[in-house]
Amino acid sequence: MSARTVQGEKNLQDIRQSSPHGVGGSPLRPDGTLKVRGEFAYSSDLWHESMLWGTTLRSPHARANIRSVDVSGALAVPGVFAVLTHEDIPGEKYYGLDVPDQPALAIDRIRYHGEPVALVAADHPETARRAARNIEVDYEVLTPIVTEEQCLDPRTYGYVHEPHEYRSHAHGNICHEQRLVHGLGVTDEVRAMADVVVRGSYEVGMQDQAFLGPESGLAVPAEDGGVDLYVATQWLHADRRQMAPVLGLPEEKVRLTLAGVGGAFGGREDLSMQIHACLLALRTGRPVKIVYSRDESFLGHVHRHPARMTYEHGATRDGRLVYSDARIVLDGGAYASTSPAVVGNAASLGNGPYVIPNVRMHALALYSNNPSCGAMRGFGAVQAAFGYESQMDRLAAELGMDPVGFRQLNAVRQGDRMPTGQEIDAPAPVAELLRRVKDMPLPPPLEARDPDLRRLPGGLSNTSHGEGVVRGVGYSVGIKNVGFSEGFDDHSTARVRLEVIGGEPVALVHTAMAEVGQGGVTVHAQIARTELGVEQVTIQPADTRIGSAGSTSASRQTYMTGGAVKLAAEAVRRELIERGRRRYGWTGDDLTLADGKVVSASAGPLVPIADLLGDEAIDLTREHRHRPTAPFDPETGQGFGHVQYSFCANRAVVDVDVELGLVKVVELSAVQDVGRAVNPLAVVGQIQGACTQALGLAVMEEIVLRDGKVRNASFTDYLVPTILDTPPIPVEILELPDPHAPYGLRGVGEAPTVSATPSIVAAVRAATGLALNRIPVRPEHLTTERPGTA
Amino acid sequence: MEFLRPSDWAGALAAKAEHPAALPVAGGTDVMVELNFGLRRPPAVLDLNRVGELAEWSRDGAVVRLGAAVPYSRIIGELSGPLPGLALAARTVGSPQIRNRGSVGGNLGAASPAGDAHPPLLAAGRDVLVEADSVRGTRLIPIDDFYRGVKRNALEPDELIRAVRIPVADGPQQFSKVGTRNAMVIAVCAFALALHPRTRTVGTGLGSAAPTPRRAVEAEQYLREVLAERGRWDSGEPPGAEELRRFGELVAAAADPIDDVRGSADYRRHALAVMARRTLTWAWNDYRERTGSAAWA
Amino acid sequence: MGMRVTFTANGRPVEADDVWEGESLLYVLRERLGLPGSKNACEQGECGSCTVYLDGLPVCACLVAAGQVQDREVRTVEGLGARDGGLGVVQQAFLDAGAVQCGFCTPGLLVQTDALLARDPRPCDADIREALSGNLCRCTGYETIMDAVRLAAARTRAGRGAGADRADRADRADRADRADRTEGTVTG
Repeated sequence: MSARTVQGEKNLQDIRQSSPHGVGGSPLRPDGTLKVRGEFAYSSDLWHESMLWGTTLRSPHARANIRSVDVSGALAVPGVFAVLTHEDIPGEKYYGLDVPDQPALAIDRIRYHGEPVALVAADHPETARRAARNIEVDYEVLTPIVTEEQCLDPRTYGYVHEPHEYRSHAHGNICHEQRLVHGLGVTDEVRAMADVVVRGSYEVGMQDQAFLGPESGLAVPAEDGGVDLYVATQWLHADRRQMAPVLGLPEEKVRLTLAGVGGAFGGREDLSMQIHACLLALRTGRPVKIVYSRDESFLGHVHRHPARMTYEHGATRDGRLVYSDARIVLDGGAYASTSPAVVGNAASLGNGPYVIPNVRMHALALYSNNPSCGAMRGFGAVQAAFGYESQMDRLAAELGMDPVGFRQLNAVRQGDRMPTGQEIDAPAPVAELLRRVKDMPLPPPLEARDPDLRRLPGGLSNTSHGEGVVRGVGYSVGIKNVGFSEGFDDHSTARVRLEVIGGEPVALVHTAMAEVGQGGVTVHAQIARTELGVEQVTIQPADTRIGSAGSTSASRQTYMTGGAVKLAAEAVRRELIERGRRRYGWTGDDLTLADGKVVSASAGPLVPIADLLGDEAIDLTREHRHRPTAPFDPETGQGFGHVQYSFCANRAVVDVDVELGLVKVVELSAVQDVGRAVNPLAVVGQIQGACTQALGLAVMEEIVLRDGKVRNASFTDYLVPTILDTPPIPVEILELPDPHAPYGLRGVGEAPTVSATPSIVAAVRAATGLALNRIPVRPEHLTTERPGTA
Repeated sequence: MEFLRPSDWAGALAAKAEHPAALPVAGGTDVMVELNFGLRRPPAVLDLNRVGELAEWSRDGAVVRLGAAVPYSRIIGELSGPLPGLALAARTVGSPQIRNRGSVGGNLGAASPAGDAHPPLLAAGRDVLVEADSVRGTRLIPIDDFYRGVKRNALEPDELIRAVRIPVADGPQQFSKVGTRNAMVIAVCAFALALHPRTRTVGTGLGSAAPTPRRAVEAEQYLREVLAERGRWDSGEPPGAEELRRFGELVAAAADPIDDVRGSADYRRHALAVMARRTLTWAWNDYRERTGSAAWA
Repeated sequence: MGMRVTFTANGRPVEADDVWEGESLLYVLRERLGLPGSKNACEQGECGSCTVYLDGLPVCACLVAAGQVQDREVRTVEGLGARDGGLGVVQQAFLDAGAVQCGFCTPGLLVQTDALLARDPRPCDADIREALSGNLCRCTGYETIMDAVRLAAARTRAGRGAGADRADRADRADRADRADRTEGTVTG
């Protein structure tokens, strides 16, 4: 950092932020024109001369031994070029994001429904599918280990991974666990301090990311014996790190380029077809494209961890929280994926944005024969929020207090400590967010006479003309960490090049950031404009020729890779101004770049950038690290574990047909502190999108399993909200800068997925008077399987 | 696989006679899903899009002859007067794009218990006839005899559905469908009701409630008797709470639902009873408002 | 394997050879004709991302058998641009309103919106929602899509190709209009 006065810095910042297309503006997406023309190349759109199609044979069983695999029937199909099993893997046979516990192709055992067993490459997808059906696998089907009770009793029900197979510090079928004790913990003495105690058990179903662009990519074998993969992913470098050992290649021979990504939401953090396409390409010597069908997509990526939770909260008569005692059991499924981090979030954030003097928490993820679970927007925090926010409503009711007022009374503020002992050293306007969301105007009541069917629960299905419809309102607030936590070396790399093209200064930005739709590319261009005072910015495609940008997850990319672009651009700016000092003998320390010129805060414009730069481009690469964090103590959960916190408050207004159990969300308001809205249009888009996914979890989205088998692997039966299910989502934004973050910004993409679901359930409870301890809330829960009143 | 493209009806029948295992495809909204996902690999696909007459409807007095491939969007736009129950159901089929392609003929051919067109056809009455054609000639299959099992219908292997003959509504009709989403949803269960003031009878149809679409015969009978007994058709007085309750109960009792990912059997029975009560109330209000206006004469 | 299919795509005669009889129109467009704009998100008619015009009616291309389009007219997202090569009104509105995030749903939404506005240049919000209820979007929460359709409607009403000035006035009028009719607001 250069040593400028605070006053001078402010002036320079003001000068730099003159461009409406810079930081704080909402310029059009650089990829937008291609996208609306249908010309943007998504990973499933790729084509190559002499390309083959790959397909994956998957297990129809959740747990089985493989006695034999006979591929001869597949090889006999005309048009088939290769059929591979684990025996054809040249390198390591296992991989994993965190723990290498997952075979690239099943080896002797099946641990979940849909586990890949064999691969086929053929000249047409139908040929490949037909050949795959001709592979004969002899399975010895075993009883799957699927419930918490079964997982925790391996002596009776068995191991998902035999003890000698463990590649992690796990034991039994416990993949990872985290305990936490804060204050005095929870003892009889602590309990005695509470006037009111509320206990509850809560359950969260398995949600799916349901991104629209199916897993896909094109692997092209290279002359150097390596492979080039064009793929939709969230983290190019983590893919490569996992792929190279399996392919038996050094990392530099595995080159990845980001293809167009049709949404991600966590579901592309783990590998899907990456290794498979490369194995087939290397074997056949021809380009191989794999595109999952929708049913395969449901089997081929991790999901949100289902959770079973128990919470006990105590409070004083005047509404102060005294203690919380919680246990959160997450079903991690067959392989570890991101389970450790999910557990860490659940344990550290699982008591919400509240001051609770005494806390005991135990969070754990289990191995089971259910589908693997891993990253999905808001992970760990989403599940817990349904538990603690349900508890807050029940406590408020028990105390006869207003649920918003009760939350405000106990809300954390800057300077408070989380149950991890970490001080919140940035704004934490939780009470303010709640006040604002409560003050937003309410939508008009339902028309009593002849309401438009489309506004009613059931919609066009004509189930009600107003009969049985009751309105409810609910509130909630949530907390999410931003960036990778618990001591992870989270960093991003950016390269910025400034050169003159056609007489104009042009900035080029190169990172490996996965643009998955969030608008990171827009933000990078904005940052370059602001820092370099240029209008024209070119975003280079993301690939592995540059250092890692980390994952597009954990609400981290604007903070981390945006921060890296800022660092690189600042370095370029310093270098350019330094050249000016050498050439023109400038001495002032109030120089910056704006409107295509070098500008002095005191003397005004000095020289056009193009003149100063001439033919000599400046090309610099910088790495950005956020401040270090520390692992949580395994027994006490104490530690400076998180980089930044993000908060959102919601109000949901619902109409419930209480006789049919159908819910129509009428409005879902959100108020969020974003630190600094680097791109307000994109920020609002993130919040509204997150709210809608939260709505899905509240009332419709769940992967339904029976004995470990997925029963609804389709968009026919895995229902995501349509435009008729999604209400208006008024958004209010607060900008209280975080002093530790670039531009004071706060990651925005996840907090509403944490906070919005409980507000909807609270509203349905208000309409029905039912307790509702499980999400998604199904019509049955409101009618024939009523759990009792709240 | 072969792709057969007859240009007229005679050609279609000849093709079906020659390839009885050929899978007819019109709108493709069911068939193509099965092809895309490898669930079905018939030896031949028989495209009916070129047979123009299948996409036409005509009205002959009190009967609408609905071509098998008239898309749902046209039923909504052109037939909500004569066939209000079917038009209401059509508006709940899939998405607008699906409704531009899907047709009643397709629903009948697939014979899925969840098909949205079935309940209103059943409720419209015994005079609904499916025209099943083959090179051997035409059979008129009463709708009550058409559904034979889960995804099985009364067609012979060489037969194709040419049209459905549906009586023009002689009274109010209603359709109601429960799904766990407000649009683009397959029925958890569905219910159709038709009042027939002329014959003083009531028709019903249940969807997604049994292995086949079916009527609630006892519920119809109960209502017919109780309405006649108490002179309701003449007085216009609405069914009382007890009558509504009993009607709903009988409709639920007619169902033989299963537990599946879309809903539980208990819930389906419960929802059918609620829909039965509500649709009867709406239909009766409609009847009463129009009584005397000779609207149903 | 293999039949020949010839039809018109975006006003151009096209021909595909060796088409497998079970292939969909979507596959032919994407893999054989170099028109990958229509998207392959579900291939079962449950997402709308492959929506194309078939003889003027919006349909799911994944559910049309390739052989069924013989001699017929198909118009895809690639055919929605303005005559001068610029963006069409609906395309521009989606871009301006921030209705594009990952963009995978966008092509289908554009075709469906185009069809809606051709039929009804002044749809109310409930009409928009009903018309677009077969198009899933997983990113935006649909709010900016609603904005985009309202914007496109206002610009269409102001007159196709009538110049930016009229379109701007239309935008303003539409905003005033929306204050009355719109379901929600965005501030901040």
